[in-house]
Amino acid sequence: MEGNFYPLLKWILLPPLAGFAINGLFGKKLLGEKAGGFIGSLAIFISFVFAALAFSDLLNLPVENRLLRDTFYTWISAGNFIADAAFRFDPLSSVMALIVTGVSFLIHVYSTGYMKGDAGFNRYFSYLNLFVFFMLALVLADNPLVMFVGWEGVGLCSYLLIGFWYEDPEKASAGKKAFITNRIGDAGFLVGLMLLLALLASQGFPAMDFASLEHNAHLLTSATALGIGAPTLICLLLFFGATGKSAQFPLYVWLPDAMAGPTPVSALIHAATMVTAGVYMLARLHFLYELAPKAMEVVMLTGCFTAFFAAVIGLLQKDIKKVLAYSTVSQLGYMFMAAGAGAFSASIFHLATHAFFKALLFLGAGSVIHGMSGEQDMFKMGGLRKEMPFTFLLMAAGWLAIAGVPGLSGFYSKDLILEKVFEQGGVWVWGAGVLTAAMTAFYTTRLFILTFLRAKRGQGHAHESPLSMTLPMAVLAVLAIGGGFFLKDRLFAFLEPAAARGGDQGPLAARLMLASVGAGLSGIALAFPLTLPKSANFLKNTMAHFHALIFHKFYVDEIYEVLVIKPLKLLSGRVLFGMVDAGLIDGVLVNGSAKVCYSAGRSLRRLQNGRLDFYALVFAIGVAVMLFWII
Amino acid sequence: MELITNPLSLLIILPAAAALTLLTVPRENSGVLKGFTLGATLLTLLVAIKLYAGFSPAGTAMQFQLSLPWLPSYGISYFLGIDGISLLLIMLTALLMPISVLASFSYIKDAQRGYYVCLLTLESAMIGVFAALDLFVFYLFWEGMLIPMYFLIGVWGGPKRIYAALKFFIYTMAGSVLMLAGILCVVAANHAATGAWTFSIPALCGGALTPEAQFWLFAAFALAFAVKVPLFPFHTWLPDAHVEAPTAGSVLLAGVLLKMGVYGYLRLAVPLFPRGAAAFAPWLAGLGVIGVIYGSLVAWSQRDMKKMVAYSSVAHLGVIILGVMSFEPAAVAGAVLQMVNHGLSTGALFLLVGILYERRHTRLIDDYGGLAKVMPGFAVVFMIVMLSSIGLPGLNGFVGEALILFGSFRVYPWLASAAVLGVILSAVYMLGMYQAVIFGPLRHTENKILPDLNLREWFYLVPLLIFIVLIGVWPNPFLRRVAPAVGSYINLSQPYPAAPAVLPAVERK
Repeated sequence: MEGNFYPLLKWILLPPLAGFAINGLFGKKLLGEKAGGFIGSLAIFISFVFAALAFSDLLNLPVENRLLRDTFYTWISAGNFIADAAFRFDPLSSVMALIVTGVSFLIHVYSTGYMKGDAGFNRYFSYLNLFVFFMLALVLADNPLVMFVGWEGVGLCSYLLIGFWYEDPEKASAGKKAFITNRIGDAGFLVGLMLLLALLASQGFPAMDFASLEHNAHLLTSATALGIGAPTLICLLLFFGATGKSAQFPLYVWLPDAMAGPTPVSALIHAATMVTAGVYMLARLHFLYELAPKAMEVVMLTGCFTAFFAAVIGLLQKDIKKVLAYSTVSQLGYMFMAAGAGAFSASIFHLATHAFFKALLFLGAGSVIHGMSGEQDMFKMGGLRKEMPFTFLLMAAGWLAIAGVPGLSGFYSKDLILEKVFEQGGVWVWGAGVLTAAMTAFYTTRLFILTFLRAKRGQGHAHESPLSMTLPMAVLAVLAIGGGFFLKDRLFAFLEPAAARGGDQGPLAARLMLASVGAGLSGIALAFPLTLPKSANFLKNTMAHFHALIFHKFYVDEIYEVLVIKPLKLLSGRVLFGMVDAGLIDGVLVNGSAKVCYSAGRSLRRLQNGRLDFYALVFAIGVAVMLFWII
Repeated sequence: MELITNPLSLLIILPAAAALTLLTVPRENSGVLKGFTLGATLLTLLVAIKLYAGFSPAGTAMQFQLSLPWLPSYGISYFLGIDGISLLLIMLTALLMPISVLASFSYIKDAQRGYYVCLLTLESAMIGVFAALDLFVFYLFWEGMLIPMYFLIGVWGGPKRIYAALKFFIYTMAGSVLMLAGILCVVAANHAATGAWTFSIPALCGGALTPEAQFWLFAAFALAFAVKVPLFPFHTWLPDAHVEAPTAGSVLLAGVLLKMGVYGYLRLAVPLFPRGAAAFAPWLAGLGVIGVIYGSLVAWSQRDMKKMVAYSSVAHLGVIILGVMSFEPAAVAGAVLQMVNHGLSTGALFLLVGILYERRHTRLIDDYGGLAKVMPGFAVVFMIVMLSSIGLPGLNGFVGEALILFGSFRVYPWLASAAVLGVILSAVYMLGMYQAVIFGPLRHTENKILPDLNLREWFYLVPLLIFIVLIGVWPNPFLRRVAPAVGSYINLSQPYPAAPAVLPAVERK
């Protein structure tokens, strides 16, 4: 088997699992908050150290040989279906592992401050550790089945953490919604995998590790399924899985609700790591997508539509976390646009920068919410820059980075994506992307203005957050500012062997860049006048219908409720259970036949009336019939 | 002597002997009754563990064979032997028994002696079915299971117990009678062809029956087993039986008795009548998949927890039948493993519902809510069991389901894809129930004083949890033991044209 055996991969994976077990088993009574938080954070730190170690070992290898592998044991083996519990560390995995462990560590530290005094403190850390374990399993997996373990595992942790404050039925429901929506996507993912593996196995190549899949993928080109090329169908099914996990249209609806979870969870799971799993999966399976140009087109258009659509909704949200949630959906759309354009490295680049600035924005929002004792409505904030000076400054870095201000991280990655999209998707897709960039700048500026600037609208005194919270934010702020510049060339040189195409400069680059920078800056500039109460009210009143439509998120949840959930519920209860099960099968067929037997018995009983003359009559008739028959 | 030295025979005789001994214990001596029954089932478990240790994983022949002539003039003998499939099911039975006994300690208050006698007799019969290699012996044990189960439901059950017990009995009996007729036909046909009487299953496999005879005989067997599985639309006895049965009855019904139907297909119907099986397999697989979707959808609208779990069983068994009827090594192995998994997770679910019922005397979902606050330990166990039931990767349910789905997709791409819908729907109803019971505020004042799991309850739940996790992360020891048996099942099903190597939906350009 190619690749270098590297037993240290265990030490990236296992510490979070151990942390989960320790906090989960010993919990509040034996550990208490301090030790629990410390152990939880330490576990992630150890993972990070080993990831960094493996990364440096990887760098020391020659470029064409950059692959570390560790096979624990044969997990499932029956017939020719053999899945190993195997892990790989290649440039793509290493970038993901570093982002996951790095950002997770910061957020764990932040959480020790944010969750202080919560009754479920240790439970929180054990879930969070478990999440990191599954996320690492997802990005380090060496075959799609192990990847699926991580894929569903992070979904589980997301479910547990969204519904962390389970006594509130709304929060518990949000968790359930996330899990079920994800499962809908996962079903597509599974069928895609089933088709992929069945086709390869039918050609005599049942091996399912990624290297073999890449090696054998070309065999699929000649196969068709359902009238379209097999690679196209497989890629579309897998992408459907990605729309669930990475909150793309039509399955994005769970992510805004997922904001019910504690804010650090939103930062880690619902911004920086888990929701990017779909993007990672596409980059991991780029060799399949490259066989399916049609599927790539669907990916790009879905990404583009989602980016635009979510940005529009984000323009008018009141809840600070909802703005960021729709922003995340929108930014993930960018990543899929890039992947659809074949620029997988660019999508990973944006994934990285987004992890920095969006985690920062969420942590900033968390700091504000913490300081305002739970308030999330931006219209009740304002003027917080004086009361929370550090949060104000750090969040400014995140704001400018996402708005696409030149030199900051968001600028580089977004600009690169738009350039690639222009090459592959043409001017319309590009135009939608640029418009989205302008809206992104607008809504983040609006968020910043409403929260920190202008006069104070709410009551009570907000307090600055403790060092345990501001320090991790400071690290992320540094990354949000400098990360893009630092990574822009290095990342591509590093990823090139793993992901297909990277970032060479096109001739149009300068002009395209000018357009996207112009869009970002005008978005920022427009936000200042348009958020003034007067102009905001004016706009709201002149376009009341339009405003209502956007404010209510285009009624997508309501449409799903009417079109999908209600009919299914009806089918389940009234039709299948009421009519078919209790009515037809049990009522008519089962108990009906019992009743027929019973009444037949009752009527036949009359024959046995004990009267001899009647018996003699029957006997005589019987003999007569028999005689007639014989003669 | 061999009756006792052969571990299989010992496994059958031990519980039966214990049941007889129990009759000598005074009926009011409840402590002795409980202790003795628990001891007997634990001893049986010990013998089963020894059996497992002595089983050679790679062996293709039936192991631990014992054959004592019984009615030689008809070729009937007390013929026992197991392969990997029976081994796992016997292990499951032996594990679930002490758990069921423990779960009955506080649940059963009346007529305890009769109750424990029934449980022990049932164990004997269940193990007998899995160990029998003689059709006549098989049938005896098969019917023998019905009687104690009938009493368990009818005497110690809920308010509608008589209706449920009768329905269970008549439904299964109607199926079994068909099977009996089938058995006699097979044996007679064999006698006509070879001139010798035999009831030995291995000897009758692949016999010289005409395709038409195979068709009808398979139909008779298939119907008997379809009731037992239960396949849609023969399932309506199950919710009633489950709802009325005492906890231990439900555990054994779901954990072991439902497996009898699948086991019947694996051991008898398909190997005896491969051509008949070939004709029916796609239809049975189709019924299985209908059961997956139908069972899940109906489970969704149940208000009674036991009913919901019962309908979820219809769905789970549907997937298993899909695997069994695909004659694909991975899928069949997955189906066998999934039988064990379903026994563990559904058994645990019934135990958990029983724990709630003992505390509150209601199984309606609406009567609960917010239990995480008062019963945190229960909430954790329930969560793990629920995740196992919905097939979360890393736990046991996923391994079986994935093998079945990936394997059967190669044979029935459309059916396997449709069965994936069960993956979604299982999350819908299970998570819905979990949320309604465990999360949210404590709405009912009666629930505020519910005690968390006690030591005895922990004691019988933990082994199940261990296997739920163990099979999830390391299923291979079990799969390895099943592989030869699966291979021979597929070989025996062979007059069937070999599973198409290329997907029907896929054409090469």
